[in-house]
Amino acid sequence: MDAEIRAQRRRAATLARRHVFTEVPPMTSFFDSMSKEERDAFFKKEKVRSVRVLKRRKVTKTIRITICMILAIAVAVFAIIPIFFTFLNSFMSSPEIKDNYGIIFESLSGHMADKGATYLTKTPTLKLVPQKVSIEQYKNLLFMSPTYLFKFWNSIILVVPIVAGQMAVACLASFSFARYRRKRREVLFFSYIILMLMPFQVTLVPNYMISDKLGILNTNWAIILPGIFSTFSIFLLTKYMRQIPSAYIEAAKLDGATEWQIFTKIALPTCKSAIFALTILLFIDYWNMVEQPLVLLTEVDKQPLSVFLSQINEAEIGIAFAASALYMIPPLLIFLWGEEYLVEGISRSGVK
Amino acid sequence: MSKYTDFTTVSASETSVKPETEKKEKKNQITPVTVDPSSRAKLLEQKKKLHKIRKIQEWGLFTGYLTPSLVGVMLFFFLPLLMLLKTSFQKSSTNTDFIGFANYERVLTNEAFKSASLNTLTFAGLAVPLAVLLALLLALLLNSGLPGKSVFRSIILNPMMVPVASVVLIWQVFFSYNGVMNGWGVSHIFGSDKLDWFKSEHAQIVILVLFIWKNLGYNMVLFLAALNNIPGEILESAMMDGAGAFKRFFAIKMHYLSPTFFFVAIMSLINSFKIFREVYLLTGDHPTDKLYMLQHFMNNQFKKLDYSKLSAGAIIMCVVMIIIVGGLFFAESKFDADVEE
Repeated sequence: MDAEIRAQRRRAATLARRHVFTEVPPMTSFFDSMSKEERDAFFKKEKVRSVRVLKRRKVTKTIRITICMILAIAVAVFAIIPIFFTFLNSFMSSPEIKDNYGIIFESLSGHMADKGATYLTKTPTLKLVPQKVSIEQYKNLLFMSPTYLFKFWNSIILVVPIVAGQMAVACLASFSFARYRRKRREVLFFSYIILMLMPFQVTLVPNYMISDKLGILNTNWAIILPGIFSTFSIFLLTKYMRQIPSAYIEAAKLDGATEWQIFTKIALPTCKSAIFALTILLFIDYWNMVEQPLVLLTEVDKQPLSVFLSQINEAEIGIAFAASALYMIPPLLIFLWGEEYLVEGISRSGVK
Repeated sequence: MSKYTDFTTVSASETSVKPETEKKEKKNQITPVTVDPSSRAKLLEQKKKLHKIRKIQEWGLFTGYLTPSLVGVMLFFFLPLLMLLKTSFQKSSTNTDFIGFANYERVLTNEAFKSASLNTLTFAGLAVPLAVLLALLLALLLNSGLPGKSVFRSIILNPMMVPVASVVLIWQVFFSYNGVMNGWGVSHIFGSDKLDWFKSEHAQIVILVLFIWKNLGYNMVLFLAALNNIPGEILESAMMDGAGAFKRFFAIKMHYLSPTFFFVAIMSLINSFKIFREVYLLTGDHPTDKLYMLQHFMNNQFKKLDYSKLSAGAIIMCVVMIIIVGGLFFAESKFDADVEE
């Protein structure tokens, strides 16, 4: 029967090709051979089956999502817990801190001083919630220990000029790299990239030497000036500025815009999110710096808070958590303010 | 109307139109301008001159924009690097005799330098692949239709913002001898009752955890962006053709992710070289052998004021970095060429 139908179809097709219209035989369907009852039974069965499949799919989907959710929550907890801990512990009173963490720092300070660590076989009590919420730590920190505030100020006067200066220099330079692309410029740009990739271990030595020659060693300038001319932001900003559609620039040129106008009216506004993101990234990076002050600032008084925090020991453990918490507040605030920009900026930097 | 009249009218109109069009053609014809060959050469010369002036103007303009950065970079990076190269061949900062590669020999045979570079490289070798892969897995996880994706994203991005110095305390609470990790009995995995993590063989693990904690968010955001950039039609059509999740991942997503892979790897590499910061904040100037990084070596040379050794060490590192990065760039260009085919 199958062969017969096929032959019929073939005949119909040849006729159709000759533009002679004949009646095309009706399509035979899967159900033709069934009686009405059979057909109904079949449909019923199929309906039940499809409902079951859909249900199963839904169940597997919910299982999948729950597993994903659990994993994601685990990672999120892993990410947030140290921050959370620091903040909660900063509200404990000093005696409570000593009770809870005293033994930890006893053994630590022993091992730091190399005088035979006191290895007590106790386990610490890890407490999340303070017994009694007190702002004693903050009070001690802000009113009793001027060194802390002093170091905080040190951090600020180092970071702000670096970020502002580097952004200004980088905007100009990356505009130049993006608009003027000749062979020698590209070579220069590549050398900038290499310089960006150099770890501190390499760049600190030349920085030290030149600061020594210029006589700015042991002043804030020794950190600020190399920071301003760091090439990291030039690399990323150039990447963005090259993405500006050339049609914009050509249109502006036809309207008689000068390069400065193109820079201020087109390049800067289109790269706004990138500039914000970079500012945030730079701020964290320099707020976090340890290597440069350690090498370039030999006077302890001038060193920023990041170096100071690591030197907190047993005696100051009472205020250590509050100090840590206060130190991370500025970057966290900036993050809350500019998260959208930051995410967009980072996202666009990785995609070509 | 009969056919004849029709034809006659057409022919009549044709005849009447013809001369007009001829006239128009004549009008439109361009009369060749005869230019004196000597003046033509002059014009050409003028044009060339103008072009040259414009080129110089353009160069000057854009160099002007670059100048602040160029001056600074020259002064603070390139020039001192050259000075470094010079001092690396000198006996000491006071005695400027040329002594060839003796300094390099001194550095390369130094046990501290050897172990420091070995530690730094092992750490990079462990940390970079781990940071890249975990971030990719996490990005895939968040991208699999999870509700509250952006909330997770910002939570996981949080550690990036926190200064290392602030969390050092917590890390000490967890990993010191009397710390929480030992209290939970995690050290049993490594076959001992209690571990002083910062001093043990496994000290790098602690630092690794800190590194991953800090860099996971940044890398994940990069991968998320790349995943969002994959055209949905391609994935859909692959699905219609019966490609499973794994097939879709390896055949399609990996293709689109490859430039991001490269970028994330380079950023992680840079960050892995910055790990000294964490190590210093956790363990101070003299950590255990396993945590003795290159920066520790350099800092100690700074303290000894041994400039020639210092510069030789820096130059060696510079060369190694250039080789690594060059290799990565080369690999990327090869890989990219494959993708374009």
